[in-house]
Amino acid sequence: MTPSAAIGFVIVGVYALAALLGPWLAPYGEAEIVADVWEPFSAAHPLGTDNLGRDMLSRLLWGATRTIGVALAATMLSFLIGMSLGYLAAVVGGWLDQLLSRAVDALMAIPTLIFALVVLAVLPPSVTILVLVIAVLDSTRVFRLARAVAMDVVVMDFVEVARLRGERLGWIVFREVLPNTLPPLIAEFGLRFCFAFLFLSSLSFLGLGIQPPAADWGGMVRDNANAISFGLVVPLIPAAAIALLTIGVNLVVDWQLERSARPRRT
Amino acid sequence: MTELLLSITDLHIAARSEQGGLQEIVNGVSLRLEHGTVLGLIGESGAGKSTVGLAALGYTRHGCRLLSGSIRLNGEELFGAPYEKLRQIRGARVTYVAQSAAAAFDPAHRLEDQIIESAVVHGILSPEEARREARRLYEKLRLPDPDNFGRRYPHQVSGGQLQRAMTVMAMVPKPDLVVFDEPTTALDVTTQIEVLAAIKAAIRDERLAAIYITHDLALVAQIADRILVLKDGRMVEEGATEDILKRPTQPYTRALVQVRRVHKPSAPQPAAQEPLLEVRGVDAAYGAVPVLEDIWLRLCRGRTTAVVGESGSGKSTLARVITGLLPPRRGEVRLLGEPLPPGLRQRNRDQLRRIQLVYQMPDVALNPRHKVEEIIGRPLSFYFGLGAEARRRRVEELLRAVELAPEFADRYPGELSGGQKQRVCIARALAAEPDVIICDEVTSALDVQVADAVLRLLLDLQAATGVAYLFITHDLATVRAIADDIVVMLDGRIVEQGTREDILTPPHHPYTDLLLSSVPEMEVGWLDRILAERAARKARGERIMEAADR
Repeated sequence: MTPSAAIGFVIVGVYALAALLGPWLAPYGEAEIVADVWEPFSAAHPLGTDNLGRDMLSRLLWGATRTIGVALAATMLSFLIGMSLGYLAAVVGGWLDQLLSRAVDALMAIPTLIFALVVLAVLPPSVTILVLVIAVLDSTRVFRLARAVAMDVVVMDFVEVARLRGERLGWIVFREVLPNTLPPLIAEFGLRFCFAFLFLSSLSFLGLGIQPPAADWGGMVRDNANAISFGLVVPLIPAAAIALLTIGVNLVVDWQLERSARPRRT
Repeated sequence: MTELLLSITDLHIAARSEQGGLQEIVNGVSLRLEHGTVLGLIGESGAGKSTVGLAALGYTRHGCRLLSGSIRLNGEELFGAPYEKLRQIRGARVTYVAQSAAAAFDPAHRLEDQIIESAVVHGILSPEEARREARRLYEKLRLPDPDNFGRRYPHQVSGGQLQRAMTVMAMVPKPDLVVFDEPTTALDVTTQIEVLAAIKAAIRDERLAAIYITHDLALVAQIADRILVLKDGRMVEEGATEDILKRPTQPYTRALVQVRRVHKPSAPQPAAQEPLLEVRGVDAAYGAVPVLEDIWLRLCRGRTTAVVGESGSGKSTLARVITGLLPPRRGEVRLLGEPLPPGLRQRNRDQLRRIQLVYQMPDVALNPRHKVEEIIGRPLSFYFGLGAEARRRRVEELLRAVELAPEFADRYPGELSGGQKQRVCIARALAAEPDVIICDEVTSALDVQVADAVLRLLLDLQAATGVAYLFITHDLATVRAIADDIVVMLDGRIVEQGTREDILTPPHHPYTDLLLSSVPEMEVGWLDRILAERAARKARGERIMEAADR
């Protein structure tokens, strides 16, 4: 493992812990007003307080669970959708491939953020809907990658051998194609997670993501945005939290990509 | 005495291995080359031929490093020479002809612009002079329409023409030395002979010195004055071509010189045997492009039918029709007297089981993420429903049948050599207990000796199981060795078919004649003899075929 990958794993590990244990680690409640507005760092409030006088550290920890949880759920769902349809398109080919690929093209032709804003403005705000919207929009990218990688494998002779043997679609997809396409998709998972995470943060920043008073890092940036004009660092704290996780995940992804590029030895 | 052009002394080259260490791939190779002579570098894949050839340009492939030794060109040391000096030598005084011209030409530029580039960049010739020189060489290498040939793009000319164009490219700067790296390996046998003749004439007339790299001893014997045999990066033997062929001193060289030792004794055609597999009047097409026309074929138990032809003759398409991957336009395929459904999906498990296919490239025919046990075992559980324990036992049996140790069951394909992979592919086909195995160029990706061993294995298995082979190949030596019946194909039609004796004994069909006479023989002067023969017969007005200038 490279040093940069080790750093990435440490960062991701710390965030995973925060996400799992956030509500228990947080010294104060999620929406609890405990002090004055925008108090500086102190022993009682290590990261100060926000625009309503809530403890910043507590909200950061509560937000970790929510933000990372939603992003993770959305990414997993998008991979489930994107990979199944992508493999199906590659293995079956023909009109099914055309149908799916053109549908995905159509969906991708609409700018993601605008599309999400329209959908979320119409539908009632709830976490489930948020996850679904992000997952469906993201799955178009996963579909393209899964289909492209699978296309390269589907033309291999060993897949033809399986077809000639009379194997069913399921065997061909899961036993022949899947194991040979996994490494790039795992790397893509890390990357997609970052995008989902940033996407969620931007939606929250615009007020259509996770709804207040629930803590969420994107929303926290927006809530405290005005503090910038007073020269305070408060809005930079959740922004830094977002940035650091993105970097950490990318370090791990880079390592994984490099590893999968090398020929495999057991 | 002629002056020494190139001398390489005690050359060591290392490649970075996967673990990050250095592994020597060229180990103490020395060679000397005089002006106007041709040195043949011969060896199997991985012998370090290309690495040595490139070292003559002071170049190593990415990840390789010159460790020690000396490379002197006209007395100038290239080892450790500054990059700027090497740059002036490469492409000017020493040039290189790569194996795959199709991959070496930039598809976005006209041929001529690429051909004259290095002469112009090095300031050897003005663009005008270079163009004139290129035209002269097109003619020399018998390229069609020399005045306009260079205006074409790489995709507009055939593989054989492209390879000759690349030779022109190497000769325009008037180099002292040209390194030919397997220049005819990717070509059909009838095209190969033309390219070889053209290269030979050009080397002679231009008084060039050359290093000719190949794995085919018979081929290099036609062109080289001296031959250097390499194995695993070490020199095995060096000598005059005649001596190497007639009086090899090393066992390895003797093995190379020996023509195939595999030979199937000819079995008489059993009088009234029911054919296992019958192809009856098949036409097939890819979209609107017809590929096969009116193919008739019979294959009986325990016999081998070889389907011979050049690339594009429809041999592999025939295999696709028989296996059901490409339903025919017309006609039918019968197995054991019963017509087979045309498409793969309409065939039942038992019909699929009875016809197995072994591929040309074992690398892509095995799933790299499956262990050998899974690869060979899957047909066992799929067709015969074998349980885990019985399956393991049968896998080990099959491994032994293809002369591999049972421990191979736990390996991944990436841990096997090319020959071992092909054996695993054969074991997988055998696992289905088929009536017919279609072998699609199964030995062409293997080194000669490994290929021989695989062929012998196939014959042994046939004797033991009575399986019938449909052997698709372009290699006539293989056909001579193992076929009972021969089918000669050209442009999607069968031009001649019959027993091995019928086809290989004159008189031949003109195309069969062309194919047979184009196979290089292990004999100095074969090329000149065959070309003279062809010219003489043409002069007598006999009908002889020449490879169409594709």
